[in-house]
Amino acid sequence: MATYQLDITREHCPMTFVKTKIQLSKLSTGDILEVLLTEGEPLENVPKSSTEQGFKVLEISHVEGAIHKVFIQK
Amino acid sequence: MGATNIALEKPPTEQKKLSLISFSGDFDKLVATFTLATGAAAIGYEVNIFFTFWGLDAIKKKQGRAFVGKGFLGKLFGFFMGGLKSAPVSRLNFLGLSPKIFRYLMRSKNVATLEELVEAAKVLEINLYACEMAMHILGLEKTDFIHEVKGVLGVATFLEISEGGRTIFI
Repeated sequence: MATYQLDITREHCPMTFVKTKIQLSKLSTGDILEVLLTEGEPLENVPKSSTEQGFKVLEISHVEGAIHKVFIQK
Repeated sequence: MGATNIALEKPPTEQKKLSLISFSGDFDKLVATFTLATGAAAIGYEVNIFFTFWGLDAIKKKQGRAFVGKGFLGKLFGFFMGGLKSAPVSRLNFLGLSPKIFRYLMRSKNVATLEELVEAAKVLEINLYACEMAMHILGLEKTDFIHEVKGVLGVATFLEISEGGRTIFI
C-alpha cells in the first residue's frame, strides 16, 4: 500500500477531476492519493465524485487559506 | 492543520451516461464539447461523442490543412475544413488569428487547451464515433481519423448507444 500526492490547486475545470481520475486509475487497490485542492467546486465535488465511483474518502483536512487536502483510498 | 473525518462512504451508483453530438467544427464549440466530455468521464459517466459534418474535423489524423477525402470536391472541402489545429472560432475569428489568441490565453491562465482536452478524452477512454453519412458526403474513410475512433455509426446505432442517458447537440 503506497501513498501518492497530487496538487490540483492551480487547475481549473475539468482538469481538476480529470487529473484526479487519471491518477486514481494508475493506483493499486488500497493505495492512497492525497489531493491538494482549493475551496469551491474542487472541494465540493472531487470527494463526492470519488465516492460515487467506489473510492473511499478517508479524510478531508484544511491546510491553509482556501487549500484543503483530501485523502482518497482506491 | 485541523483534520475532519468525513463519512462519505456510499456504494457506487449505477453508471450515468452522456452522449454529445459534435456537429460544429468551431474551436470554441469543440472546447465546450471536450470540456463536458472529459469532466463527465472523470466523475464516472460513460461518455459518447458522435462527430458529424464539421465536427469530423476534430478527429482527423491530419490536424492542419490537408487534401483529405476522395474526389476533387472532397479533397477541396477537406483542405478548407482542415483539422483540429485549423478550427476557427465561431465569432470574431479574424482570419484565424483568434484561435491562436485563445490558445495563448488558455495556456497563460492554466486552462486546458483544446489539444490537452482531446488527449484527456483518449486517456479517459471516451467513446468516439464518426457519422457514416457525413463521411460519405466528404469522401472520408475511417483510416482518415485517429485510431481512438471506435466506430462509424448511423442514426439508429447512435440512438441505441445514447439511450438511457442525456444527449447534447453542440
